[in-house]
Amino acid sequence: MDTKTLANAPDIAERAYRVRRNALRMGEVQGQGYIAQALDIADVLAVAYFHAMRYRPEDPSWEGRDRFLLSNGHYAIALYAALIEAGIVPEVELETYGFDESRLPMSGMAAYTPGMEMSGGSLGLGLGIAVGRALGLKRKGSDARVYTLFSDGELDEGSVWEAIMSASHFKLDNMIAIVDVNNQQADGPSTQVMAFEPLVEKLEAFGWFVQRIDGNDLDAVVAAFDAAKHHTKPQPRMIVADTLMGKGVPFLEEREKNHFIRVEAHEWQLALKALDAGRSA
Amino acid sequence: MKSVTTTPSSKPRLTTSAMIASIASEGQRTKSAPFGHALVELARARPEVIGMTADLGKYTDLHIFGKEFPDRYYQMGMAEQLLFGAASGLAAEGFMPFATTYAVFASRRAYDFIHQTIAEENRNVKIVCALPGLTSGYGPSHQAAEDLALFRAMPNMMVIDPCDAHEIEQAVPAIAAHQGPVYMRLLRGQVPLVLDEYDYRFEPGKAKLVRDGRDVLVISSGILTMRALETAKALADDSIDVGVLHVPTIKPLDTETILREAGKSGRLVVVAENHTLIGGLGEAVAGLLMRSGVHPAFRQIGLPDEFLDAGALPTLHDRYGISAAAVATQIKGWL
Repeated sequence: MDTKTLANAPDIAERAYRVRRNALRMGEVQGQGYIAQALDIADVLAVAYFHAMRYRPEDPSWEGRDRFLLSNGHYAIALYAALIEAGIVPEVELETYGFDESRLPMSGMAAYTPGMEMSGGSLGLGLGIAVGRALGLKRKGSDARVYTLFSDGELDEGSVWEAIMSASHFKLDNMIAIVDVNNQQADGPSTQVMAFEPLVEKLEAFGWFVQRIDGNDLDAVVAAFDAAKHHTKPQPRMIVADTLMGKGVPFLEEREKNHFIRVEAHEWQLALKALDAGRSA
Repeated sequence: MKSVTTTPSSKPRLTTSAMIASIASEGQRTKSAPFGHALVELARARPEVIGMTADLGKYTDLHIFGKEFPDRYYQMGMAEQLLFGAASGLAAEGFMPFATTYAVFASRRAYDFIHQTIAEENRNVKIVCALPGLTSGYGPSHQAAEDLALFRAMPNMMVIDPCDAHEIEQAVPAIAAHQGPVYMRLLRGQVPLVLDEYDYRFEPGKAKLVRDGRDVLVISSGILTMRALETAKALADDSIDVGVLHVPTIKPLDTETILREAGKSGRLVVVAENHTLIGGLGEAVAGLLMRSGVHPAFRQIGLPDEFLDAGALPTLHDRYGISAAAVATQIKGWL
């Protein structure tokens, strides 16, 4: 889908707002969810789905689509929000989030949801699968790309580095990975749990084309996706996106940082209001 | 510490605790690299077949495929987690990866990667692993005594334990015809040839009565079927009539054939496998018989629940009760 050709298409900022809104509404349905992560990554997802990627909403498994792999399966709430905005998942299903028999379980799994390309949950799987996808697309002579979103906590997993090394070895220029550096994982700040900096230098040493951006600056995100797509050297591309957990809802941005932030029942409506206020501001 | 024997022997000592050792006994007919050659043949007919390995192409006979189809052969480096994740990705794009490594590395190191990216996503990946059970004298690092238990417990996974070169050749196209993930144990290098003498044909999911017998029914898989057949010949001289039911598909189990044969009265039922006694064919059959109300006299032959010694394979197979002589001795003791 090329949204730029649609005269009345919402702009990317509006898309990002709607992705956040969808996520908050799902969070309210369940009274929980990885909402702070969803809010921090909404800008990246908006650019991926409404600027960078090629797909057909009515045919999520269209052979020519760009593949989007969600390695950090707990970000499913964010991806569902984007899939709903993209028209791949009907908006009415938002009300089913996390309930029995729903196509939108708390953790992203391939068999459940249209547009969900892999089963996450266990961290550190996505990039390895992406290497296989990228090799497979090249075998088929396809010009589709493989996008993989993963989290900074996953950098602790050895399998991530196996995949990073091999993507460069195989010169997978059809692979674009985005690491969400929100500096928060289960046991605390990611950089304290296991120091991963200097990340850009590490990834460059592994042979990747690397850009580090403010992942909540839409112009920067657009520019980074464009540069990743149009880079000409035969190497995989990494976008290191520094993000702010809770982005777009000031009282969540300021809440004490935690992997799974608590939102009280009455706060979901407040969060939606705060988000709406930020939109009109 | 193990006690050390230094007494010189007049016989040439079997001293090798080498990683790779032939399981063929002296003078046994063998065939070279049946998996590699069968895969080449399959790949000629099916362009979606690809080969992948984690630095063990030569040691899983996959190098034969690699030489024939260099552009369909993926060397993933010594990285089993990547091997299986990438195999899942290639399968998702419509290819049929045959991914090889040693059984220990697939079952123990990469278990979650196979579980999540291949079994849970139900990808069409064929996992083919050398050194299954006790087929290396190198020590526990390379002895996959528990691989069948681990893969049996994984939903969606078909589990195959072939006996010999004849069966491996037939199993390669058969598992390719099955849509979904498969774990197959691999015998590589010079592989014994036995079942061709018994007019045997591999069918996935089917147990086959290779030899009938009145006194004992051995239900076996993998190389223990070979041992059971040798045992049956030897015990015939003692007027003990041993039947052998070969069960190469550990999952899904051919419950109908097993219940029919085990239900025939008057026979001792012995399940024999190249695997720990925990969680393999023996316990699968025992559970089936119990659930079905079939209660023959029942014994198990398999590897003990311990870390196995390093040493020469014949020594170890005798020590742990899975050589032909040891199988015969155990059966005689139970009659």
